Amino acid sequence: MKEMILEYIKNEYLDEEEAEDIKLNENTPLISGGIVDSFSMVSLKRFLEKKFVISIPDDEASPQAFDTVTSILALVNRHLAKKGA
Amino acid sequence: MAYPAAVKEAWLGELAGIRQKGIYKEERYIHSPQAARIQVEFPSGAALQPVVNLCANNYLGLSSHPDVVAAAHKALDERGYGMSSVRFICGTQDVHRELEQKLTEFLGTEDTILFASCLDANAGVFEAILSPEDVMISDRLVHASIVDGIRLCKAMHDTYKHCDMAHLEQKLQEHQDKRIRVIITDGVFSMDGDIAPLDEIVALGEQYHALVFLDDSHATGFIGKTGRGVHEHCGVMGKIDIITTTLGKAMGGASGGCVSGRKEIVELCRQKARPYLFSNAVPPPIAAASITVLNILSKTTERRDKLEVNATFWRKGLIDAGFVIREGESPIVPVMLFNAKLAQDVARDLYYEGVYVVGFFFPVVAAGQARIRTQLSADHDIPMLERALESFKKVGAKHGILGLDKKAIIEKFGQ
Repeated sequence: MKEMILEYIKNEYLDEEEAEDIKLNENTPLISGGIVDSFSMVSLKRFLEKKFVISIPDDEASPQAFDTVTSILALVNRHLAKKGA
Repeated sequence: MAYPAAVKEAWLGELAGIRQKGIYKEERYIHSPQAARIQVEFPSGAALQPVVNLCANNYLGLSSHPDVVAAAHKALDERGYGMSSVRFICGTQDVHRELEQKLTEFLGTEDTILFASCLDANAGVFEAILSPEDVMISDRLVHASIVDGIRLCKAMHDTYKHCDMAHLEQKLQEHQDKRIRVIITDGVFSMDGDIAPLDEIVALGEQYHALVFLDDSHATGFIGKTGRGVHEHCGVMGKIDIITTTLGKAMGGASGGCVSGRKEIVELCRQKARPYLFSNAVPPPIAAASITVLNILSKTTERRDKLEVNATFWRKGLIDAGFVIREGESPIVPVMLFNAKLAQDVARDLYYEGVYVVGFFFPVVAAGQARIRTQLSADHDIPMLERALESFKKVGAKHGILGLDKKAIIEKFGQ
C-alpha cells in the first residue's frame, strides 16, 4: 500500500528534474516540504478514495493528515477499519 | 468594544512568528511617480535613495505617461472622481462601456465586463458560470487569485503539472464524465516568466471538448507581435473562451480588470458575478485613461518593441555575467539563487548599489527555488540597464556566485 501511494505521488506531483533530485520515502514532508501544494492535494484524496473504496470527509483531508505517507496511511487504515466494522 | 487580551496576544504571537521566519513584508516608500528611476525611502526615515526600478509591472512605461495622466485629468474634470455606486445601479458611465468595447476589440473577443481588479474578475467568473457537475483543471502555477476563484466555486477542481501537456491530457480524459471542462492557465507565469503553450492547450481543449480560460495579466499590451497577449503570440486569437486581464500592470498600472470572451459568459458575469454586483465601478479617471492607453497601443507597437529589445539585452547580459536565470521570452527574468537567505542578501546589497529588486522564496515560490525576479520596462534604456548589470556583477562577485550553476550554488549555500 505504501509503495503504491509513493508511486502515485511521484507520478502526480514531481516533474522529471524533481523526480531525479527528490528521493521520496514515507516520512518525507509533502505539504510542509513544498512537494505537494495544499490546493493540488485534491487529486491524491480522490486517488485514495477510489483505490481503497473509502470516503474521506473534507475536514479530515487536512494538510497535516496529508503531510507524510505515514500519516496518509494512518488516515486510510482508519477508514478501512471503519468500513470493515 | 471587546478586544480580549488573549486575542491580542495570539495575533502578536502570529506576527512575531512571521518575523521569525524571515517572511515579514515591509513597505518601501517611493517619493516619486512610478517609473524606471524612482526615489525610495527605506528603511522608514532613511534618506532618499535613487534607484533603478527592476520590480514594477510597469512593462510599457505607461504608469506616468503624460497622455495617460492628461486623460485622467480631463475625465476627472468632465466625469468626476467616483461613482458612489456599483455598475448596475447608477455606476455605469459612457466611459465604462467605451472601455469595455475597446478591450473587446483589442483582445479579439466577443464582449468584455470590467471589474475593480483582475483579482475580482478571477474571484467572480468561475462561480458565475459553473456548477457542481463541472470541472476546472488548472496549471499548478496559476496566480493566487485564480486559486481563490476556484475555491469559491462549487465545481470540482483538479490540477496539472506546470505546462505539462501530457498530464493535462490525462486529466481531460479522466474528467470526460463532467458537463463542462475548463482548462485554466496563466499566459505568462508571474514568478517564472515562462509562456503557456496556449496553441497546444487550445488543441487539447478542442479534442476533449473543454473551454479554455487564460489570465493574461502579465502579457496584455506587450506579448505577441501587436501586444494583444499570449493568444496572439501562440496564433490562437479568437479561440480563447475566457480571458481575464488587468489594467493594473502594463495598461497604465492604476487598477481595474476584466473578463473578456464569449458573449454569454460575459452576460452571466453581469448577472451573477459577486465582485461585479457588490463592488464599486472603476473610477471615471481610470476608465478614461485606460481608453487612452488602448489608443496609444493600437497606434504603434513602439513600446512593446522597445520592451522586447530591453528584455533580450537584459537576459543576455545576466547569462554572460554568469548568473543562472529562468530562460524564456518575456520581460520577467528570474535570477535563480535557490537559497532564501542568499536571495534576500543579494536583493539588499543591490538596493544599496542603486538597483531595486525583491527576493522571493517559499511559500511564494516552490521550496528551494528562491530567486530575485527582475522585470523590464519600456521606460528602461540600454545605458540604464548596463549600469544595473554592473551592480549585479559587483554583488554577484561579492557573494561568489558568478559562473556557478544550480548544483554549485546549492552546494555552497544550501537549498
